[in-house]
Amino acid sequence: MTELPLIGDAPVAAESRLNGAKIGVVTFPGTLDDRDAARAVRLAGGTAVALWHADTELADVDAVVIPGGFSYGDYLRAGAISRFAPLMSKIIDAANSDAKLPVLGICNGFQILTESHLLPGSMIKNDHLKFLCRDQVLRVENNTTAWTTDYEAGQEILVPLKNQDGQYIADEKTLDALEAEGRVAFRYVGFNPNGSRRDIAGITNAAGNVVGLMPHPEHAVEPGFGPESNAGTDGLGFFTSVLNKIVGGAK
Amino acid sequence: MPRIVVDVMPKPEILDPQGKAIVGALPRLGFTGFSAVRQGKRFELTVDGEVTDAILAQAREAAETLLSNPVIEDVVNVEVVEA
Repeated sequence: MTELPLIGDAPVAAESRLNGAKIGVVTFPGTLDDRDAARAVRLAGGTAVALWHADTELADVDAVVIPGGFSYGDYLRAGAISRFAPLMSKIIDAANSDAKLPVLGICNGFQILTESHLLPGSMIKNDHLKFLCRDQVLRVENNTTAWTTDYEAGQEILVPLKNQDGQYIADEKTLDALEAEGRVAFRYVGFNPNGSRRDIAGITNAAGNVVGLMPHPEHAVEPGFGPESNAGTDGLGFFTSVLNKIVGGAK
Repeated sequence: MPRIVVDVMPKPEILDPQGKAIVGALPRLGFTGFSAVRQGKRFELTVDGEVTDAILAQAREAAETLLSNPVIEDVVNVEVVEA
């Protein structure tokens, strides 16, 4: 099923060959953005499959999005309890397997991926201690990951950011390695909203199939609902990138 | 019933934003004798019956895997407290 935009024209001419690609969207208790993530998948032309944290099978999906929210109320540490959900074991195994399942963690999903050790480092409370919601410019530093091939290297995109525990930290050695290996996928431009080390907004694993970021591309996929400039659809590229990769049309 | 107490603190090299906010608030209340605050977590694990070495080992493992994140935190103390 291809979703029709609520207003305006379809942001991309959704190609029918893409809707055979199934992207799982995981819901934990306390997840907020699963419906927006599923809608982003459909607007990009793919088929969204709802996954529940207690599921023990991945339902043959071709990729997985771990959306934002406050799973388990951020109790203990953001993402710490979700990391041990039955479905997460499956996702961790599939991401590390030869098949290299593409996995995108957004906001709380990024926190879950660091707690799962699929991505290095961790997130702590914003340096200014406040919850912050704003439209944020990011630079795509690595356009070779499963989730970024539809962007140009160095392209600046505008997507919403909303979090309280968004300060990315890692030790200097890890940060140097991330930089040297091109694994800083996104950097904040113009304003560092949370004190993240080296303005890092998102990172990728070495294979490029696991990507995590704090800002929310799934809220910038439809004209009239995302940020006002740049048509408000700068986030759509995440989803078209992975769909094109799945159907074999990756650039 | 005995409890196993686990104390977790942010690593020394990591700036603790919550501690920083607390140290800013102290002098406003007249508590002027403190130059820094770091905020950690205390967990109390209740044990039904005796705390055996195996149970204490479980507590230590839980402290390292679930109760703390070794990227940002240290387990600074694991001890048995009799009720």
